Amino acid sequence: MNERDTLLRRLIFDLQKVSFALVELQLYLDTNEADPQVIHDFNQLSELQNNLKRRYETEFGPLLQYGYSPAEYPQGWVENPWPWEL
Amino acid sequence: MWIYEKKLQYPVRVEKCDLTLAKYLITQYGGPDGELSAALRYLNQRYSMPNRKAMALLTDIGTEEFAHLEIIATLVHKLIKGATPEQMQAAGLASHFADHEHALFYVDAEGHPWTAEYIQAKGDPIADLHEDIAAEEKARATYEALIALSDDSGVKDALRFLREREIVHSQRFSEALVLVREDKEQQKFF
Ligand SMILES: [Fe+2]
Repeated sequence: MNERDTLLRRLIFDLQKVSFALVELQLYLDTNEADPQVIHDFNQLSELQNNLKRRYETEFGPLLQYGYSPAEYPQGWVENPWPWEL
Repeated sequence: MWIYEKKLQYPVRVEKCDLTLAKYLITQYGGPDGELSAALRYLNQRYSMPNRKAMALLTDIGTEEFAHLEIIATLVHKLIKGATPEQMQAAGLASHFADHEHALFYVDAEGHPWTAEYIQAKGDPIADLHEDIAAEEKARATYEALIALSDDSGVKDALRFLREREIVHSQRFSEALVLVREDKEQQKFF
C-alpha cells in the first residue's frame, strides 16, 4: 500500500467514526425528547464532519455526488477508488 | 431524494477468498431478513405512518439499511473475488456462477431470489411497528448465526457491527411503538 492509499484510508476512517456518531444521535433524536446537550453534541459533530469532508475532498475529490461536493479536474469522483475497491 | 456518499458506513476487511462464507452471507443481501428487505420495508411504510417521530425514524433507519446493504455487498464481493469456476463449483456455487458469474445477486443462502413477500405494509401503525421490531430481531439472530459460521476475523468484525445496529434499531422502533400507542389512546378508538 502506498502513502496516498494510507492517507485515503485514514481520512475515510476518521469520517466513518464521526458520521457513525451522527447516525446514532439522529436515530436517538427521532424518538426521544430533544435534550439541549444532545443537540449541542450533534451540531459539534456535524461541524467536525464538515471539516473532515473538506479535508478528504481537498486530497481526493468529491465525497458526495450531484454538487454536494465541489467538482475538480482531474475527476476524483471517477478516478479514485470506490468503497468495494479499497 | 438520496445522495450517495463515496464511503462505507463501517470499514470492511476480509482476510482471504472464502466462497462458503460468501454463500451464507449473501442471505443478508437478498434473503428474507436481509438488508434489502429492511430498507424497502421501512421506506415503504413511511407514507401511511401517522406519527411524525415514527415517520422520521422510518426514513433514517431505512436509509441506514442501504449503508448496511453496501457493507454486505462489499464483504461478498471481496470473498468471491478471483475465484475460479472450479472453486465456485466446489463451494456449491456452480448455479450461481452459471447465472451470474462473479456478480452479486439478491438471493438467500440457498439461492432463492428476493421477493416482496418478505416484507409487509399493513397500513396500521401498531401492526407495522411490530413487524419492524420482529424484522430487526430476526436480522440480529441471522447475524449471530453468521458470526458463528465465520472464522475470518475481518468479516466477524463487520458482522458484529451490523448485529449491534439491529439491536439499536429494535430499541428505537420499540420507542416509536410506545408513541403510536399513546396517540391511539388519545384518539379513544376503544
Ligand atoms: Fe436494521
